[in-house]
Amino acid sequence: MPSLKALRTRINSVKSTQKITSAMKMVAASKLRRAQQQAEAARPYAERMDRMLRALAASVAGSPTAPPLLVGTGQDKVHLLIAVTADRGLAGAFNTQVGRATRNLARRLESEGKTVKILAVGRKGRDYLRRELASRIVGDVTYAGKRRIDFGDAQELGIRIAGMLAAGEIDVATIVYNRFQSVIAQIVTEQQIIPAPPPPEGEAEDLHGAIYEFEPDEETILAKLLPQALAIQMYRSLLESAAGEHGARMSAMDNATRNAGDMIKRLSQNYNRARQANITKELIEIISGAEAV
Amino acid sequence: MPVSLEIVSPEKLLLSRSVDMVVIPASEGDMGVLEGHAPMIVMLRGGTIDLYEGDKIVERLFVDGGFAEVTPERCTVLANNAIPIAEVNKADAERRLAEAEAAYTAADKTDTAVEDAATDAIQSARAMVEAAG
Repeated sequence: MPSLKALRTRINSVKSTQKITSAMKMVAASKLRRAQQQAEAARPYAERMDRMLRALAASVAGSPTAPPLLVGTGQDKVHLLIAVTADRGLAGAFNTQVGRATRNLARRLESEGKTVKILAVGRKGRDYLRRELASRIVGDVTYAGKRRIDFGDAQELGIRIAGMLAAGEIDVATIVYNRFQSVIAQIVTEQQIIPAPPPPEGEAEDLHGAIYEFEPDEETILAKLLPQALAIQMYRSLLESAAGEHGARMSAMDNATRNAGDMIKRLSQNYNRARQANITKELIEIISGAEAV
Repeated sequence: MPVSLEIVSPEKLLLSRSVDMVVIPASEGDMGVLEGHAPMIVMLRGGTIDLYEGDKIVERLFVDGGFAEVTPERCTVLANNAIPIAEVNKADAERRLAEAEAAYTAADKTDTAVEDAATDAIQSARAMVEAAG
């Protein structure tokens, strides 16, 4: 039986842990709201971009000079995996999920005889992947210390990836990230970005039989539009991942707060029992002392 | 019947209103869009977007390039950034021009894509200086 003093110290330490976890939960909740708003605000641009891409892709379909960003290099040898994770931990399985999915994908591709390169976005993913796949990592990016991710960051990533493609360093690029489904569910998603996936089927604009004219020609526009579309895709996944991170942290901290509460309850019970036992013991000693007289 | 104009940046919807006519800086010359325009997808250079109501300009914005989609009812501008003319800062614009010119001098002229990008940046910065002045 631990002493009363030891129990008191433990209760206090668990209480302060609980204070921290519940504060972290609040912070994550407010950050989550902001991240969701940001993701919401990015939607109109992405939608209109998709609509334009659909029109353009349809009009260059089958052309032998279609840009590699759209159709790939025609080969399937070197795969780039972009693992998007958070810069901070304490978010449950959030970071490990992406790390594990990336590792499994890398192993599978390698067993098929393909070369794998990894671009680690986020410090936690980099640290995780470095343990086993260090030789495949070709670069890493972190946004630690940044208050929010802006489009410029995504654009830089896009340019970097497009550059690797243009230099013939990669054939296929896939992004692995946590898609935000709800506060308690982040789904690890592998999404191929090069060659560009066909834009999602949407309501085709009714142009009363007319077709789009392009100025300048389709290919010049595509050459400008595709890197932008790539950046948008990166931006979307970075935002989804950011929202997912805060969601995951929120539920992890909620659990931790609840566990701390349970522990405090149990410890207090032990403490009270020990205190009562002490009092009873002292009473017995006094009474038996008085009887002896 | 007016044209409904939308200006969106990757970070948010910047403007959405209906106007009688809008003049956009297309890459091969300014383009006026009225209701019933033939459907087009155009590239934009840096320049000003003028919003007309009747025959008066009600709003002017500077864009630093992008794309526009025109349909008989709509005009959608995808820009990286659009700022009302009144808020364009001349000093900023001149600094951008200087940076763009420096980047052009440093650029690898053998690569036409790089050179084009650098000239576009200069052109966009010049348009910004003009808009500010």
